[in-house]
Amino acid sequence: MEAFFFWIFSIGMIVCGLAVILNRNAVASALCFAFTIVFMSALFVMLSAFFLAAVQILVTAGAVMVLFLFIIMLLDLTAMEHAPRQKLWMGCALVVALGFVFTVARTLYTLPGGTASLTNTVTPSSVPSFGAATPVTPDDTHQIGKLLFSTYVAPFEITSLLILVATIGVIVLCKEEPRSAPGKEASREPKKETALTR
Amino acid sequence: MEITLNHYLAVAATLFAIGMMGVIMRRNLLIIYMSLEMMLQAANLTLVAFSRFNPRGHLDGQVFVFFVITVAAAEVAVGLALIVALYRVRQTTQVQDLNTLKF
Amino acid sequence: MDIAWLLLLLPLLASIAILVHLHRKPDMAIFASVGSAALCFLIALAVAWGSVPAPASLVWMDFPESAGFPGLRIEAGMLFDSLSKGMLLIVTGVGLLVHIFSIGYMSHDPSKGRFFGGLSIFMFSMTGIVLATNLIMLFFFWEGVGLSSYLLIGFWYQKESAAAAANKAFVCNRLADFGFMIGILTFWVMMGTVSIEPDQLAQCYVHGTQIQSQVQSTLHGVTALIHQSGLITPTPILLTVMVLGLFCGCVGKSAMFPFHVWLPDAMEGPTPVSALIHAATMVAAGVYMLCRTYPLLILSPQGMGVIAFIGCFTAIFAALIAVQQNDIKRILAYSTLSQLGYMVMAVGCSGPDAAMFHLTTHAFFKALLFLAAGSVIHALHEEQDIWRMGGLWKKIPLTFVTFAIGMLALIGCPPFAGFFSKDYVLAVAYEHHPAFYWVGVFTAFLTAFYMTRLMVVAFWGPARTPTAEHPHESPSVMTIPLILLSILSIIGGFIGIETYYHTWAVNQLQATGQLPIDGHFVAIPEANWMIESGIPLLTVLAGVASAWFLYNGRATDPLRITVLARKFYFDEFYDRNLVVGTQMWASVLNWIDGWILEGLVIRGLAYFSVGMGELLKLFQTGSLQAYAFLFSLGGALLIYLTLFAH
Repeated sequence: MEAFFFWIFSIGMIVCGLAVILNRNAVASALCFAFTIVFMSALFVMLSAFFLAAVQILVTAGAVMVLFLFIIMLLDLTAMEHAPRQKLWMGCALVVALGFVFTVARTLYTLPGGTASLTNTVTPSSVPSFGAATPVTPDDTHQIGKLLFSTYVAPFEITSLLILVATIGVIVLCKEEPRSAPGKEASREPKKETALTR
Repeated sequence: MEITLNHYLAVAATLFAIGMMGVIMRRNLLIIYMSLEMMLQAANLTLVAFSRFNPRGHLDGQVFVFFVITVAAAEVAVGLALIVALYRVRQTTQVQDLNTLKF
Repeated sequence: MDIAWLLLLLPLLASIAILVHLHRKPDMAIFASVGSAALCFLIALAVAWGSVPAPASLVWMDFPESAGFPGLRIEAGMLFDSLSKGMLLIVTGVGLLVHIFSIGYMSHDPSKGRFFGGLSIFMFSMTGIVLATNLIMLFFFWEGVGLSSYLLIGFWYQKESAAAAANKAFVCNRLADFGFMIGILTFWVMMGTVSIEPDQLAQCYVHGTQIQSQVQSTLHGVTALIHQSGLITPTPILLTVMVLGLFCGCVGKSAMFPFHVWLPDAMEGPTPVSALIHAATMVAAGVYMLCRTYPLLILSPQGMGVIAFIGCFTAIFAALIAVQQNDIKRILAYSTLSQLGYMVMAVGCSGPDAAMFHLTTHAFFKALLFLAAGSVIHALHEEQDIWRMGGLWKKIPLTFVTFAIGMLALIGCPPFAGFFSKDYVLAVAYEHHPAFYWVGVFTAFLTAFYMTRLMVVAFWGPARTPTAEHPHESPSVMTIPLILLSILSIIGGFIGIETYYHTWAVNQLQATGQLPIDGHFVAIPEANWMIESGIPLLTVLAGVASAWFLYNGRATDPLRITVLARKFYFDEFYDRNLVVGTQMWASVLNWIDGWILEGLVIRGLAYFSVGMGELLKLFQTGSLQAYAFLFSLGGALLIYLTLFAH
């Protein structure tokens, strides 16, 4: 059963990922990306990361992708939909991607079955290998919470500060200069200069 | 068949490669940025997979992913603000028009 | 500070003052230069009297002896022994007289300040040579006199012949100094010191004889037979190299054959320069150096033989050329060459005291002759060809009388000084080998011949040109040095210079303390009146008589020996073979320097860097896609290579 779901979700995720990069319409790309995230959350659930699956859907698919869609609709992108594809760059990208995949595949291939030899070279033999998945308890939220507020409390606080900084930064970056009343066209020119030098 | 760590890693690697292709191939700034996000998410998948298969059952990987998601969200906000500001100046989001930093 | 340092400091300061400022104020320059010369002479008198002690030497470097390194001590110091005191008196005395003469001779020259600066540098360097305690210090001042000679020969540098002559002198000297340096280095390697103080030289002599006996004890076979037969003394080759190297310095500075070509051309300089530098002192520096290092020279009999031969050959060679020269200064230049040949021959025949005696008297009468010739040239408004003079004996009598005294001293007419010194040299030569004696006698004949020719043509007979009709006598500032020098030429044989140097030479012998006085170290000739004085006197009379009969009353030269007039074609030979070759080599090197070193290497490297920069610049396309592609490509490659490359 597990394998079946795994394959469904992974292939779904890959297909949606391909759709993201191959779609001409930006909105369609954004929606496909949201679906990719949903499939990934399913995989998270399979990996017993329930809390994270929920967080992923809430934050990435819910907030980040919505933000993307806002911006896509804010900017006028219709002209780009009809631009011809650049075969050269597609070829180059394919080359690099294949190279990367090849590297990873070869790494994984040299490790028999469940990465047993990898752990054997790194950890002492008294530690059990990665082979089978360990028994699962559904209170990972509880455990993550414990870890967050004990071992990782410093990064937690710093992250909150970082979010504050990001908020302020976004507000500052998006602020428009106050327009002087007469001659909106003429004032466009100096506005361009100041935006550049900002 | 048994789904081992290798499978998850392979899937995550494929997603990462797809993201990289998007960054190199697409000309629209927003799609490029989205592909970048996809690469981040692939890394997240890897981390969760490792945390799941950790013999000691530690959830440090998941905590890491928690932070990554947070920071990625903040980063997307700031990045999109920058793109908007750039659009205001250049009236374009095509990447080949943003080429003043050259010899 | 010791007073003795003033001997060096005063002329140096005078020349620096002139260099910096005083060349614009000729009177101040004259005062500085002549004043320093006068003070130096007074101090030299005090030194000779013994009231000024030698100062402590200033050490420049002092490396002790260690394994494989002979030790080196280079210092600046002063050596006051009989030899240097005598030479010092000559240098400062004749120098002072020439300075005074120059006041009058150069009075019409606009750049006379520079002239006196050059004279002061010369005095500084020459005093340094005389008082040097080690060969490195001597070499330093050796080059200093070369420099001042260059500056003074090329004094009228606008004249192309003068500039060329200055170059020639310097290049000849430089080449010979290369050999000199080899000699100094060989000396240092063999003896472990560069000091030439008498005690040190005595030790070196002993060391040298030990080396010789070591070599002789290891002989076998044919060479042992030769040694036993007494025909040749085998000498270790390095000792001969050392002697010949040191002699090479003398060959350059004293213009021995084959480096003689610069001295006649050096007459392009003003006449006081010829008198001081190229007659009395600088060219004598070579002979002085040989006498100073004499205990080293006798370590190699082969080297001594070469020295004697070259000296003798130069003497007769120069005398032959002088017979057919028409410029009054050139005749005197070749006669200087000839007399220097006598001195060097005397050293080679184991008679350093004879050489120094002749050097002293030669300084007197040759300086006198040159200054008197300068007076004649000055009187006739820069005329130097003797066939355009004539009848001067009545019109400038003082100059004529002094010139005549100098001429008689030169040819060896008693009771003038040259008679005693030349005869002593001939006696020493006879003691060594009669062949040297007979060649010397023939040279004395030629000397008498050409000097009488000069006197007769220049001073007697009718005036040959209108200029010669009205010469004017020189002012007293020029005639007083002439008078003083003539007095010295007259009394030079009687004031005991001969015994002074003889005592010095014998004391050197006793300083080494090893050899019996059997004539091996210093030649002590047997007293034989006929050989020593009779035959030379007869040859002198023969020379005077033949020249008188040949040249009296002539308007042109009856003898036309072209090969002599063209100086045996030596200048042409050198020019075609050496100068042209060197210039070709120089232009080849110039081409290499310009095209290969500068063009290919230096500019090439610069252009290569710039080119690489231009190439790399192409990577900055400004295209984000290109950057992203290259970035990820690099990253992928890096990961792959890190994981899988062994």
